Amino acid sequence: MPKARLIDTSKCTACRGCQVACKQWNELPAEETKQLGTYENPPHLSGNTWIKVEFRERPGEWLFRAHTCMHCVDASCEKVCPTGAISHQGEVVLIDQKQCIGCGYCVLACPYNVPHRDEITGTARKCTFCIDRIGNGLEPACAKTCPPGAIKFGERADLIAMAEQRVQTLISDYGYPNANVYGADELGGLHTIYVLTERPSALGLPETPEVATSTVLAQWLSGVVTAGVLAALPFWLLFKRKKQIEAEQKSKVEGGVR
Amino acid sequence: MTNHWNDIANSDCMLAIGSNPAENHPAAFGHITEAKERGAKLISVDPRFTRTSAKADIYCPLRSGTDVAFIGGVIKYVLDDMEANPTNYNMTYVTEYTNAPYLVDPDFRGPADLDGLFSGYDADNRSYDKSSWSYQLDEQGIPKRDMSLQDPNCVFQHLKKQYARYTPEVASSITGAPVATFLEVCQTFAATGKAGKSGTIMYAMGATQHTNGTQMIRSYAILQLLLANIGVAGGGINAMRGESNVQGSTDHCLLFHILPGYLKTPINKDETLAQYLERVTPKSNDPKSANWWQNTPKYMVSLLKAWYGDSATASNEFGYGYLPKNSGNYSWISLFEAMYDGVIKGLMCWGQNPAVCGPNVNKERKALENLDWLVAVDLWETETAAFWKRPGANPADINTEVFLLPAVASFEKEGSVTNSGRWSQWRYKCADPPGEAMPDLDIINQLMVKIRELYDGDATAPHRDAILNLTWDYGSHVDPHQVAKEINGYDLTTGKLMASFGKLKDDGTTSSGNWLYCASYTEDGNMAARRDLTPGPFNIGLYPKWAWCWPVNRRIIYNRASVDLNGNPWDSEHPVIAWDGGGWIGDVPDGGWPPMAVDPENTKYPFIMKAEGHAHVFGPGLVDGPFPEHYEPWESPVENMLSGTQNDPAFKIWAGPMDYKGTPDKYPIVCTTYRVVEHWQAGQMTRNMPWNVELMPEMFVELSEELAAEKGIVNGGRLVVETARGQVEAVAMVTGRFKPFQINGRKIHQVGMPWHWGYTGLSTGDSANLLTPHVGDANTMIPEFKAFLCDVKKA
Repeated sequence: MPKARLIDTSKCTACRGCQVACKQWNELPAEETKQLGTYENPPHLSGNTWIKVEFRERPGEWLFRAHTCMHCVDASCEKVCPTGAISHQGEVVLIDQKQCIGCGYCVLACPYNVPHRDEITGTARKCTFCIDRIGNGLEPACAKTCPPGAIKFGERADLIAMAEQRVQTLISDYGYPNANVYGADELGGLHTIYVLTERPSALGLPETPEVATSTVLAQWLSGVVTAGVLAALPFWLLFKRKKQIEAEQKSKVEGGVR
Repeated sequence: MTNHWNDIANSDCMLAIGSNPAENHPAAFGHITEAKERGAKLISVDPRFTRTSAKADIYCPLRSGTDVAFIGGVIKYVLDDMEANPTNYNMTYVTEYTNAPYLVDPDFRGPADLDGLFSGYDADNRSYDKSSWSYQLDEQGIPKRDMSLQDPNCVFQHLKKQYARYTPEVASSITGAPVATFLEVCQTFAATGKAGKSGTIMYAMGATQHTNGTQMIRSYAILQLLLANIGVAGGGINAMRGESNVQGSTDHCLLFHILPGYLKTPINKDETLAQYLERVTPKSNDPKSANWWQNTPKYMVSLLKAWYGDSATASNEFGYGYLPKNSGNYSWISLFEAMYDGVIKGLMCWGQNPAVCGPNVNKERKALENLDWLVAVDLWETETAAFWKRPGANPADINTEVFLLPAVASFEKEGSVTNSGRWSQWRYKCADPPGEAMPDLDIINQLMVKIRELYDGDATAPHRDAILNLTWDYGSHVDPHQVAKEINGYDLTTGKLMASFGKLKDDGTTSSGNWLYCASYTEDGNMAARRDLTPGPFNIGLYPKWAWCWPVNRRIIYNRASVDLNGNPWDSEHPVIAWDGGGWIGDVPDGGWPPMAVDPENTKYPFIMKAEGHAHVFGPGLVDGPFPEHYEPWESPVENMLSGTQNDPAFKIWAGPMDYKGTPDKYPIVCTTYRVVEHWQAGQMTRNMPWNVELMPEMFVELSEELAAEKGIVNGGRLVVETARGQVEAVAMVTGRFKPFQINGRKIHQVGMPWHWGYTGLSTGDSANLLTPHVGDANTMIPEFKAFLCDVKKA
């Protein structure tokens, strides 16, 4: 049964323990930041920041949402990756740092703006779902540390049931008429599920995310056409290579994370 | 805390006032979330909309320093509602368990009669003659009571008179809380007054750090007693301590006015042990009052035996003569005033950083220059250790000799910490410390060994016996278990560890380094190291075998007030204790006496730490009044709307150099200081940690959109905040979470800022305490960090 992570925005207090725990477990360096007039920092996800809490102020409200990889079933990043560096390991979407050439397709393709290119490694990097932890029976670092229990890890089906129940309570008892579960069906099903107190767009999430393969490819191809056929040739070769790698991996990986 | 962290989950309503748990107690917020999931309401009362407010069911703003006006208004609401809807309240609790029915001296007068003062005020000495703040006694010397609560001299009627002036409109005018929101808070919290319902008040430094901070806490106590919320699960008044071991440090006498276990310090006139004990041991003529502090002589003599061992004998008053006596004020501000004046010549700074955390820190940094020597014991070179090379100072002009001793972090040593809920929890060492870093126990041991050598070699050294007769047998490396056992205490006739403080004696045959901790380390082992996760009786999360809790592992204190006169719990869903006919079941009861109606001959009243056995609605023990009265902070933009008494009449005012006071014509804006979750206290532990610095990289000041527009300040731009004492330059955070207050029809702005920054470490910035004043609370002398006057301008 696939695992998933549930992020309940109604319980998040924005302590950002998840940000630090992620950096600590994954040995990611701190970024040099500036105080820009907000509690939020760093300004966006990056090659060295794989989860961050977004703060949104509205009259009488302060909305918090931890932003990180959704580990989509229909993962745009995987679909556009020309080298096959991005693949599913069970429910986890991983970027193989050895195969990544840093082309940035996934950076553009992700409907959630999750992968980012790291200047030093020259590769795209993002949340690994702490695959080294969950593969050993532990929960991801973000879920482990979360003091108010806003981030939970478990069986995806259980978490969705829990989320749906929580949303009903938020609507009926807590005055959140727009509360909703996000991620149960989006993009073939996400492995980061949200309980949102507001519509997704109010919390920086696309209401109807689309798999980016076709649009991104079209964008790139139109650019490629402008640039000339010669320039397109290497990309075609790369895509060809990607298909080969996919075929190889399918035979190697079975079941994924248990 | 009267209760403990886990118990918050049992609450029906949580009032966070003067605290911001989401920010400062993030782990505790899990318990708050649990209570909310059960349907409990969270109320956040704060000058600014905080991370806690973001999770609250009700957010109510209030101007810093006006908590007594706010809670006074809630008390008035409750008193009025009690009359209109008595069945919504637990009147048995109020009449039987509190001093509400007590008759007060007919000469007693309060602020309603005396323009903000209580009877007995001496303006010249800024103090009260408290003789009229006393009870009328019957022929046995027992306070008289009117159980109908109707006598005009009874506490309840005085209380009504005191708060009759605190109408919702007046409370709103003073605090700036909108009337409708204020009333919503009143209704929601007052609903916990019904028998079987519980409400908790969670407070922290936002309440205590005022010139009348103690009275703010008293106002919470009165409200909670009227609502029958003390002693019950999910109730209480709960001090959310700011560090993992603040509770432990006060238990073990960090503060100057107490000895371990809250025994009072001897003062100059206590020349003999007998005189001391006579002064500090309370008496009661009421056979139904347990008057627990009557045991003071047993605890004091056992403490002296722990300290002086065989040198403590009946013939030398158990070494009482060795103890220093004081009649002075040795609180923070007075110590730094004395350093500034050149009276104090040396300072040991142990795990604290006054050059960041002290009030009016320009003056306190200057005071350090007048020291001959300074020892800083810390993990980093703090601002205090580096004060001589701070920006603007010329090291050549400073003669203070500074020693920096490397300490070890909590993970690098073994020992106990006591959390806010009074749980003493044993911790283990998990890594070796780097370099020459040493545990505090070893540092103080080596220091003391050396001092004793010096005293031993000098027959004329002052107080030589007090030093040489101390029990000091720790060898070269202190075993924390030895210390923990010493704190618990021994039966000196058998050499066995004491099982509990009930057996301590005043004849020198027992020892205990802290009577409150007697039972923490017994012949059965180290109780603080227990890790049994069984939830315990009634499944209310007492976890009686997890660690150990003072006193005698009682998890909720005053729990005999959680039951009716027959011993049946008010709250059958969350009972704390219950009388089963032959004895108590549940938590460790506050004394094993039978319930009041079951055995009137042998019962005792439930508030056993009070001499009379009843909780204090009327609290004559404080220096500035038996009821809380609203006074403005030392620096305030407005005049007191309730009386002609502008400030608390009894706090000490220093008038030395650099003790400047700002006036509203020049500094019209209210300012407050606070912490953020990303940084820790004076900052060294987090401003040296790149991950934390990434999250909160720079000093900032939060201000409203309205004030920013008036001053031409933009979000993310720089601004200067100025008070009579100093200036801070920082990044402006312009936010809708701060709103101007409507105070008595006037618009009053407030700004706020974290106080974590200083001039050493990875992230540096101006310290908020450059701005704060050198005045403190009338009772505790804690500085008024939370409300003062400033002006702001674009940098």
